Amino acid sequence: MISLTANNKEPKGLDSRLFKDRLFKVVVFIFAFITISPIVLIIYKLIIKGYKQINLSFFTETAPDTYEAMIALSNNEVIPGGILNGITGTLLMVVLASVMAIPIGLLIGIFLYENSTKRYANIVRDITDILQGVPSIVLGLIAYFWVVKSITNGFSALAGSTALGIMMLPLIIRSTEETLKMIPETIKEAGMALGVPYHKILLRVLIPTGFSGLLTGILLAISRIIGETAPLMLTALGSMGVNYNIEKPTSAVPLLIWEFYNDPNMVDLIWSSSLLLMGFVLLLNLISKHIMAKRA
Amino acid sequence: MNELIKQIKDPVLSIQNLSVSYNKGKYAVSDVSAGIKKNRVTAIMGPSGCGKSTLLRAINRMHDLYPNIETIGQIFLNGEDTSTMSNIMLRRKIGMVFQHPNPFPTMSIYDNVIAGYKLNGIRMKKAERDEIVEKSLKDVVLWDEVKDSLTKKGTFLSGGQQQRLCIARALAFRPDVVLLDEPTSALDPVATKKVEELLIELKKQYTIILVTHNMSQAARISDYSMFMYLGELVEYGKTKNMFINPVDKRTEEYLTGKFS
Amino acid sequence: MWNSEKITKTLLFLASLIIVLITSGMVLSLMNGAIPVFKEFGINFIFSAEWNPTEGREDYGALSFIAGTLITSVIAIFICFPLAFSTSLFVGEYYRGTRLAKIVGTMVDMLAGIPSIVYGLWGFYVLRPLIVDLGFNSQGFGIFTAGIILAIMIIPYATSISTEIIKMVPNNLKEAAYSLGATRKDVILSVIIPNARSGIFTSYILAFGRALGETMAVTMLIGNTNLIPKSIFDTGNTMASVIANQFGEADGLKLSALIAIGLLLFVITGLINGVGKLLIKARL
Repeated sequence: MISLTANNKEPKGLDSRLFKDRLFKVVVFIFAFITISPIVLIIYKLIIKGYKQINLSFFTETAPDTYEAMIALSNNEVIPGGILNGITGTLLMVVLASVMAIPIGLLIGIFLYENSTKRYANIVRDITDILQGVPSIVLGLIAYFWVVKSITNGFSALAGSTALGIMMLPLIIRSTEETLKMIPETIKEAGMALGVPYHKILLRVLIPTGFSGLLTGILLAISRIIGETAPLMLTALGSMGVNYNIEKPTSAVPLLIWEFYNDPNMVDLIWSSSLLLMGFVLLLNLISKHIMAKRA
Repeated sequence: MNELIKQIKDPVLSIQNLSVSYNKGKYAVSDVSAGIKKNRVTAIMGPSGCGKSTLLRAINRMHDLYPNIETIGQIFLNGEDTSTMSNIMLRRKIGMVFQHPNPFPTMSIYDNVIAGYKLNGIRMKKAERDEIVEKSLKDVVLWDEVKDSLTKKGTFLSGGQQQRLCIARALAFRPDVVLLDEPTSALDPVATKKVEELLIELKKQYTIILVTHNMSQAARISDYSMFMYLGELVEYGKTKNMFINPVDKRTEEYLTGKFS
Repeated sequence: MWNSEKITKTLLFLASLIIVLITSGMVLSLMNGAIPVFKEFGINFIFSAEWNPTEGREDYGALSFIAGTLITSVIAIFICFPLAFSTSLFVGEYYRGTRLAKIVGTMVDMLAGIPSIVYGLWGFYVLRPLIVDLGFNSQGFGIFTAGIILAIMIIPYATSISTEIIKMVPNNLKEAAYSLGATRKDVILSVIIPNARSGIFTSYILAFGRALGETMAVTMLIGNTNLIPKSIFDTGNTMASVIANQFGEADGLKLSALIAIGLLLFVITGLINGVGKLLIKARL
């Protein structure tokens, strides 16, 4: 007969078990702390190194050339100029990409919502997921072929925004579908019961009801593309001046950072430009979080 | 009230001035004192929200898992103040069965029965483990049904079988007291009957505390009954006496279905 | 007769064709662009580590870049796992539902918002000198440095799904384990992890897929040499970084080789993401 009374004496290893439990917790906490430290370190570095450079001319003047920067450096002065060409270029391409991606993305998102269980819709959803997983550099290659080689016969804002637009598309499609799925079926049925035409239910009921969700999806998609560099190197290339011609090469803030990084005379400008870019991304994220919080 | 605590001689479990609050100042259980008789089934009943589950979960300190719950008062197990024991020890001496059958879905039937030993890092010889599994499953009258499928996942069993497996899991440590939190509320009538018969059988070896919202269940299987209302222990006595001749008006109203 | 419903539905259907066309067009364009190099070297392009753009002796193989991509991504996953998983436990178990969990979760999400090039800069000016100081290699560039920065970049992707899955482990299973005398560590190891296993695995598959295609930060830190790395402190190139690095000066056969690498990258990331998606579906 074996003893089944193991429970009645304090187990020998109790202290060591409690110690192991505490040790496990401490290790988890330390690793979690390490995980959040890069975000603090990165933002700290950008602010410390970048804030000095940010002034009015930073937003109103184009990037200096390497000669101007060299003279400023040798005189121990702040490097002149700003990143106006980058800011305008980024705005131009983001607007263009949005014009291309948002309407189509919303339509496809609605399509998936309306046909959620159909076979073809599942295929479209899978394709959307594939597209979302495609590395941005590959999208740069594609835009190079489709636009640089075929339409604008040279590097151009249009090519850059094509790459960015394709990148936005799956993000908007999925956020649209997810937003619409959250709308109670009864709201749609109420419209149907009143005999409202189908397109009016979409335009007057579903889209207004889900508006904040759709807007959040769009803002997050923009925040994802705004810092993209690699695809633009293959498509928009960059330019010294402000350019609004979509068929011409165009700069962008991340492209300028890349140029500054590669030019020893201008390397001091990377921090302020990165700070601005990062600030913009975080602002977009903050706004979308705020919109979501308000809705909930 | 206090009379009855004195009546129960050598209580295996003695609850003294126990209060539990979820938010500071709001008591789900207030100032409950009671002794629990060894080798008997004690039922805790009352309308939903009366604090019966809260009281039960205070006994094995499940409330410690949730930082905002505050428990005050004392509980003695075999005369020993449980506040001097670690949660680990206390919970090994007091087993628990939950409202919904919850066998560990990633473990086999066999592993579910000895899960307590595994979780506590207790190593045993295979023969020893086999014996514990067999004995525990026989205790809950599940052995014949599952002895050929011990390596299968416990989640393949029917709801009633799963609940008996969970009882076996709680019994594997040979606890002094078994707490059951509405163990049949998720079961069909046939499975419920089996569990009830099992509890009557088990009280020969164990002390059982059963929370139930089902008065007739309490009448069928319990020896002692507590009636709780708004966090208070209103009445506590032999089940037979309480059902025939309740002392408190609220108990009478509850038992006659004036509220539920 | 065309009514509004039919017109709207047709419009939605036509829109859905666009994404099908874009994606299939992408595959066709990449394949078309890759034809010359596959005609020249055949399947050997994938298995050769030669990369010689000298005119007349041109020889291109993708193996060293495939190796670089896989090795950096594997390093990233190994570094990422303890960090991201601990964070998931912190947010999804230890401090579940608290303000602190929300703050930590938000900070981790912010990592996903940092542009790749900013990671590259930080890696170059902060991480690389650290690698030099630690004596791993003299310049601080290489597979290992790139792997660390990749690990940080994929943390938010690995963390978010894992945290949700960990939160989804039913409370009554955890309580059952506690009622048997388990400690929190026992509950995590014996209840939470076994129940969340497949979901956790999936989140690291998807994070791995992310790491494969990251370009700028890797390009700035990996050292950009066209050789198969022999140790994790060697320099190298990934498929994405070689495209970013050499595209500007490429034409003819070299351009075709870079496009072929883009195609391979597309296929590999597609496969990894496909596996991840299947795993999610199998779970639900």
